[in-house]
Parts: sequence; C-alpha cells; structure tokens
Amino acid sequence: MKFGLLVSEGPYTHQASDSAYQFAVAALAKGHEIQRIFFYHDGVNNATRHTEPPRDDRHIVNRWTALAQEHKVDLVVCVAAALRRGINEAVLAPGFRISGLGQLVDSGIKADRLLVFGG
Amino acid sequence: MAEQQATPGGGAKTKKFMFVNRKAPYGTIYALESLEVVLIAATFDQDVSLVFIDDGVYELTRGQQTKDIGIKNFSPSYRALEGYDVEKLYVDRHSLEQRGLSEKDLLVPVEVLDTEAMAELMEQQDVVLSF
Repeated sequence: MKFGLLVSEGPYTHQASDSAYQFAVAALAKGHEIQRIFFYHDGVNNATRHTEPPRDDRHIVNRWTALAQEHKVDLVVCVAAALRRGINEAVLAPGFRISGLGQLVDSGIKADRLLVFGG
Repeated sequence: MAEQQATPGGGAKTKKFMFVNRKAPYGTIYALESLEVVLIAATFDQDVSLVFIDDGVYELTRGQQTKDIGIKNFSPSYRALEGYDVEKLYVDRHSLEQRGLSEKDLLVPVEVLDTEAMAELMEQQDVVLSF
C-alpha cells in the first residue's frame, strides 16, 4: 500500500513525530511505500538542523534524515508554516525540502491512505 | 476490461476531502492553518467539504473582533470559500447547542447535522484531515 503521512506537532513536545517515524519504519519493513511525509503546524520543527537533544535521548531530526537517505522518503516541510516559525533553507536538515501545501493535497490524491499524526 | 471513469480537472483523480475543524479560532493556530489547506485543496479541483465540531463552531461565529488581542481576524475568509467552489459546510448540532449558539449566529450558510448524519458523511470520504 502507498501511504502519505502528515506530522502536525513538534518533536519532543508531542508523540506525533515518534509515532509517524515508527509507523514509517514498520510500513517500509513490510514492503509498503511511503509516498511522502508532510510536516505542518509545529511539525515543521522536525526539520531544523540545529536540534541538539541530550546524548542519551533519541535524535528525532537525524532519524528523519537517515530515513530519507536510506529509503528515499520525500520529507516535505510546508513553506508558510515553516517561515512563520523561523524555519528556512538555511536551517533545514539534510533530507528535507521546503514546498507548498499543494504537496499535502497531492499526497491525499496519490496515496492510498493519508495518515495524520498529531491533531 | 477497461473501467470508464469521469475525470474532472484535466484527468486528475478527484477525491473527497473533508476538513474537520475542532478548535476555537485564536487560542491555537490550527483553525487558521486548516483554512490555508482548504484554500489550496480547492485549487486542485477536489470534492472539498468542511466540518465544524466542538469548539470549531466558534470559527464561524459572526462579529469576531480581534483588535484587542493583536491577532488578525481571518473569519471573513470563510465567506470567500464560495468563490473557490467550497460550498459544503457542515456544523455539528450538538456542539452548537452546547455552546448556546444557533445557525443565525454563524457568518456563512451551513448545514447543521446530527451526530449520525455526520458519521455517515465522514464514512463517505477518501481523505479526512482533522485540525
């Protein structure tokens, strides 16, 4: 099955980023396709390269980057939501790209299921 | 056997998108950013409907004045939805009544639905996004 994911809450504050990540890993392991992961609302904070959690905690941002590199998952950050929260190309972690909300609607159209994490 | 399908919007697939609005308009950003997705979705020629439930019904109340809290009043945008061919607005009856509101307190024409009818409508959707 082809899944689109929407992450709509910030990392560490809310479990949405963890749940979405765990789901993506599990779905890929089962042979499903992750068509795109779209970051909206405070979810855009998943994409900043300045994230530095304590060493004994998971690194949510690096985890996304690794997922993008290993499985070619398309990680898209909403431009309007990002800019209003101080996220731009200069602070973007590898593997993410900034684009418009049309990419979320496109996921809704092209994926078999669009799953919302957060909200 | 090839299946014949009507494909409006230049051959693109048309899906039923429902946006479920559950939060008051200014306490959090969800209502505003939901509206931003709705306006984009409308340009994709999809079958878009909006639902207002719980505190989401406050998003549609008339006479919103936000000057004193320093936040832009975005409620006039709901009136503009018609221009984007987004005309299916549904409001949960129970949520309205719980808050002492009725249809005449709202700034756009809506269809007020009971819980059962609302559930049925959700069942028919391809994509449900909740804000």
